[in-house]
Amino acid sequence: MEYYCGIDIGASAAKLVVIEPSGVIVARNIGRSGVDYAGTAEELLSGVCAAESLDRSQIVRSLSTGYGRDNVPWADGKMTEIACHGKGAYFHFHKQMTVIDIGAQDSKVIHLDQAGKRESFKMNRKCAAGTGAFIEEIAYRLSLNVSELNALAQKSTKEVSIGSFCTVFAATEVLEKIRAGVDVADIVRGAFNSVVKRIMEMDRVDGLLVTTGGVVAHNPFLAKLLGQSLGTEAHVAPDAQYTGAFGAALFAAEQAQKPDS
Amino acid sequence: MAQSVELKNFAASKKMRDVMGRYFMELMGPEASGKKIAWCTSVGPAELLRALGFEVYFPENHGAMLGATRMATDLIPLANARGFSPEICSYLTSDIGSYLKGESPFNKMKLPGPPKADVLVFNTNQCRDVKDWFGFYAREWDVPCIGIHTPLAISEVDDIIVESVARQIESLVQPLEKISGNKLDMDKLREVIALSAKCTERWKAVLETAANVPSPITFFDGTIQMGPAVVLRGTQEAIDYYDILLAELNQRIADGIGAVEGEKHRIYWEGMPIWGKLKNLALQFMELQTAVVASTYCNSWVFEALDPDKPFEGMARAYSELYICRSDEPKEAYMERMIEKFKIDGVLYHNAKTCPNNSNSRYCLPSRLQTKSGKPFVIIDGDLNDLRLYSEEQTRTNIEAFVEQLSEG
Repeated sequence: MEYYCGIDIGASAAKLVVIEPSGVIVARNIGRSGVDYAGTAEELLSGVCAAESLDRSQIVRSLSTGYGRDNVPWADGKMTEIACHGKGAYFHFHKQMTVIDIGAQDSKVIHLDQAGKRESFKMNRKCAAGTGAFIEEIAYRLSLNVSELNALAQKSTKEVSIGSFCTVFAATEVLEKIRAGVDVADIVRGAFNSVVKRIMEMDRVDGLLVTTGGVVAHNPFLAKLLGQSLGTEAHVAPDAQYTGAFGAALFAAEQAQKPDS
Repeated sequence: MAQSVELKNFAASKKMRDVMGRYFMELMGPEASGKKIAWCTSVGPAELLRALGFEVYFPENHGAMLGATRMATDLIPLANARGFSPEICSYLTSDIGSYLKGESPFNKMKLPGPPKADVLVFNTNQCRDVKDWFGFYAREWDVPCIGIHTPLAISEVDDIIVESVARQIESLVQPLEKISGNKLDMDKLREVIALSAKCTERWKAVLETAANVPSPITFFDGTIQMGPAVVLRGTQEAIDYYDILLAELNQRIADGIGAVEGEKHRIYWEGMPIWGKLKNLALQFMELQTAVVASTYCNSWVFEALDPDKPFEGMARAYSELYICRSDEPKEAYMERMIEKFKIDGVLYHNAKTCPNNSNSRYCLPSRLQTKSGKPFVIIDGDLNDLRLYSEEQTRTNIEAFVEQLSEG
């Protein structure tokens, strides 16, 4: 069997996916991106090959994406995370859609037409608001582990507004809420809603709404809040944290079948 | 990643360095002693100042040099600490920072730095910041700061506006005569305006060579090559230089040589250059086989209405027709024409944090223009000089993703 590999070296986590030509995922791996992207890429690939008894020669084409896309020595090509998240999300739904990827360091809104062709995209400004970095900062301020946030936000019973554009100012707002004795669950939900607001300011949403990235993979309640604010259902892509890597693998398969593309 | 491409330099550039070097020497070298110096905004009434015998210095050129040499980011905080906000024009803050620290890119040319002004002459057709910028030096040196208040967001440059601006230019004559010690010779003014108009013709012709496929010149080349059109308009040297450059460009066209090897896509750059990243961006676009062929910025020194027979009215019209001081309707119409003329595939808008007047992505123009022209756009956030406001990775990814989108057709 021939396989295709996609690797997404993001600002925080590196994700690797191996697929069959049909798009079925046969193996995946994840780790911290760290400071040595090439080393991380090697570890992830070696790990997946060992775990699944894959021979590297079976992987006929590989493609990298994410911040570290230029630092994967064994990748045969690269594409941006915008292209790859679009590709990965479209595979599951095959409809005109808006893909919202909330990553550790940046957020993207990607518009795809009925055929999956990109119509436009927007990345967040040079600012951490509306990204995973914001969620991490709030967790730190509340002395919580990021893995606790989703369950806590779901328990919230009161609307709490965190309105600042700036992550640092938002953290100050959080301190004010703590001083005022506001319930932590309500503050967390307020922080989720702050991310939702920053995302909604970026661009319009047309067609099906599909969310991807580590933030919604670990905090599906945030995607639900986003959908509620937009008056539509927010789908979370399957294996949402791997969508970029999956899209990269799909591109690798496509390119291998159409080498001139 | 190692850069796999190299910029294609122009043989004419050596000549340009000579021409610009002479100009700077005349302003700041030993021979400048005793000459009357007028500071002028880059789209101010330079022709009038030359006709009155002033040596004309354009501080925006210095601002761009501070950006291109990346000195700006270290100098801006000095001006910030003196009360000039980090959110106002970063030409202003980097130039004032340079003055406060006594460091300038001119020092590397063994020149002392910007010349002290005898008079500062502004035109607010660009923004209010130029007046505030000049006001600082007027207070420092106790010299006059005078100028023209051109309306902004002009829809139609009608006779009322032209008349008002023309009379304002005319009213500068008397104080400038007093400072220069020379009486205005109208024949000399007509002569300078005629030279300026010729320079405009040549510069426009240079930029229009980019309508060829492949384009022999890019926006990034243009930002360097425009030097003489900015600081030497109204002189024969600028005209002679562009004749040489034009010949080289026409030869490239005849030989089928593009500035970008294997040009696949053509982009319009809207907004200010990012001076400290010109080379990186030029190389990135080359790697992507994408030519940035046209821009609003480089065309800002095309003054077609200059008229030696109507000196004041011609200057008033030319300096009020500028893209930067127009409303969105003429801006949109202008860009539609440019997209057509230069066979543009997509538009890049640079949203420069400290230059709201020359950032045209803020009032929905990109979406409206996309609907009209069918050409996609991307917006990058950055700044002309303040690299604290620029994200290398975000910009790189935005550009790469945009070219991917263009490749999808």
